[in-house]
Amino acid sequence: MNLTKEQQAMLDGQHGATMAKVVKTLVMYGEAFGAQRMVPVTSKYGHTVISFGIGVMKPVYELYDELLRAGAKSMQPFSADPRPLDKNVPSSLLQDIVFHFMYSQQAHYEQQLRGLGLMDEDAYTCACYLPEAGNVPKRGEVLSWAESSAVVYANSVLGARCNRNSGIIEMMGSIAGFVPEFGLLTDDGRRADWVVEVRTSKLPDAQLLGSAVGMKVLEKVPYVRGLDKWLGTQLNDAACAYLKDFGAACASNGSVGLYHIENLTPEAVDEGSALVRENAPVYVVDDAELQRVKDSYPCIWKDLDAKPKLCFMGCPHMTLHQLQEWTMKVETALREAGNSRVVIPTVFTSAPGVIRAFNQTEYAARLKATGVILSYICPLMYMNNPLSKKMPVITSSNKLRTYTSARFYSDDEILEKITKGGN
Amino acid sequence: MSRTFHGRAVTPGAARAEALVSHGGFNTLASYQMALMFGDKQVKCGDQNNPDLYKKPMIGKALCLPETIGSTTGGMVLYTACAMGKQPACMLFSKPIDPLAASGAILAANWTQAKMPVVDSLGEEFLAYVKDGMTLSVAEDGTVTVE
Repeated sequence: MNLTKEQQAMLDGQHGATMAKVVKTLVMYGEAFGAQRMVPVTSKYGHTVISFGIGVMKPVYELYDELLRAGAKSMQPFSADPRPLDKNVPSSLLQDIVFHFMYSQQAHYEQQLRGLGLMDEDAYTCACYLPEAGNVPKRGEVLSWAESSAVVYANSVLGARCNRNSGIIEMMGSIAGFVPEFGLLTDDGRRADWVVEVRTSKLPDAQLLGSAVGMKVLEKVPYVRGLDKWLGTQLNDAACAYLKDFGAACASNGSVGLYHIENLTPEAVDEGSALVRENAPVYVVDDAELQRVKDSYPCIWKDLDAKPKLCFMGCPHMTLHQLQEWTMKVETALREAGNSRVVIPTVFTSAPGVIRAFNQTEYAARLKATGVILSYICPLMYMNNPLSKKMPVITSSNKLRTYTSARFYSDDEILEKITKGGN
Repeated sequence: MSRTFHGRAVTPGAARAEALVSHGGFNTLASYQMALMFGDKQVKCGDQNNPDLYKKPMIGKALCLPETIGSTTGGMVLYTACAMGKQPACMLFSKPIDPLAASGAILAANWTQAKMPVVDSLGEEFLAYVKDGMTLSVAEDGTVTVE
């Protein structure tokens, strides 16, 4: 790899042994992918996937202590994934005791994040790119982010450039201020390897379509045709919310870091089919294919007929538009069922900044009246508690389904269950 | 009769271990999170979506896989497994390595004392040939011998 004089000096130890190791790590990372050079991180803000102070992750906190002792600090203030605990989310006394021991490093780790350059105390969300969260990169900017759902959104919907970096590596790129140039940072790496033809009878469930695409193309870049018929050609609130959930499912059920939606996402609008590589294979998604994918999901509940004890919506965190839309949906469905409050304890999760904005609207009181709890928590972190794992929890998040025992239902099914009941 | 496959040593090293094979993408977070969090000495795979590996011990195995998928905590999880001495004996990829697995391997190589050779680009034939329980030897140059 060709390094600048300054980069070489860092590698040679002129900025200390720890910074030399940071640069060596980034050089090896680049060399694994044939990178020829480092490029500057140009975004105003970074984002880290590691937001949790789990006691057992001690080696990570020791590594960060080493960085801090060496005077390391991110060159961009950064946001972080959601906090793992919120007292507003229902839990038993026993669960709380386990949470206390599980996240014993939380205060220490948050102190480390402040030292490394956290944006502010509200900067904890996986959907940092939402306007209310305040970390919205511009098209073409180079990022050193980690969080699969945020990276795929930044690349695809915003047109920024970021590889699917791992936690820790993203912090090292932010500290150094440069990242190796390969993959999704290059024009060629952003071309589409697959064509996905959507031929469904209605707008497909974003979480289900994303899952199907992720499982099919894995780490490749898909170019999706047929969605503009349903989503339109403007990146409005509804389309962005849909693409957030679609991307998160692509990234967790496979490892997609970038997708193009014909006539909708920026690079697809500019370049159209020219983005697609020659002889790219085609994956046709119709109603039957989506049903096949949904039916393939394992459920590890001991009692498959158990009555759900909790419902999580918002992995990734919900947008302001989604919170408003779901408030209306829940109200309508409750009226139809003759109920006044949800019949399964239900938690909607969103970014602190979005919650603040939502609380300034008339919808906040209306949602509260339905019994739905609004929280900034990371549902995945809640579900990591072994006592949570044993609970029958339902969700329409394919990401949450993938990593936990939560059972997946479509948005329509979830609405039915939380307002009308039934197993 | 032994059979040899040639790959690229991403983080070089020698190892000899019993094969554990995943034909689908290996979701690092889903596979490791429960085992690491609750001190499972055998490090049994916790990914219910991976029928090849679910509930099978991973520690000390020659983990054979196409690529890793899922959360970008993947590299951090591998690094942590290595720092805790709970890593596989080696990771052997049929495809070119993905950024998350590469991150884990490189973080482990630079920031821990663990030895976990990682070889990629072994080819589809490798993954079709190797079966759970076979003994594999890995050489510094990325040669993998199925004994």
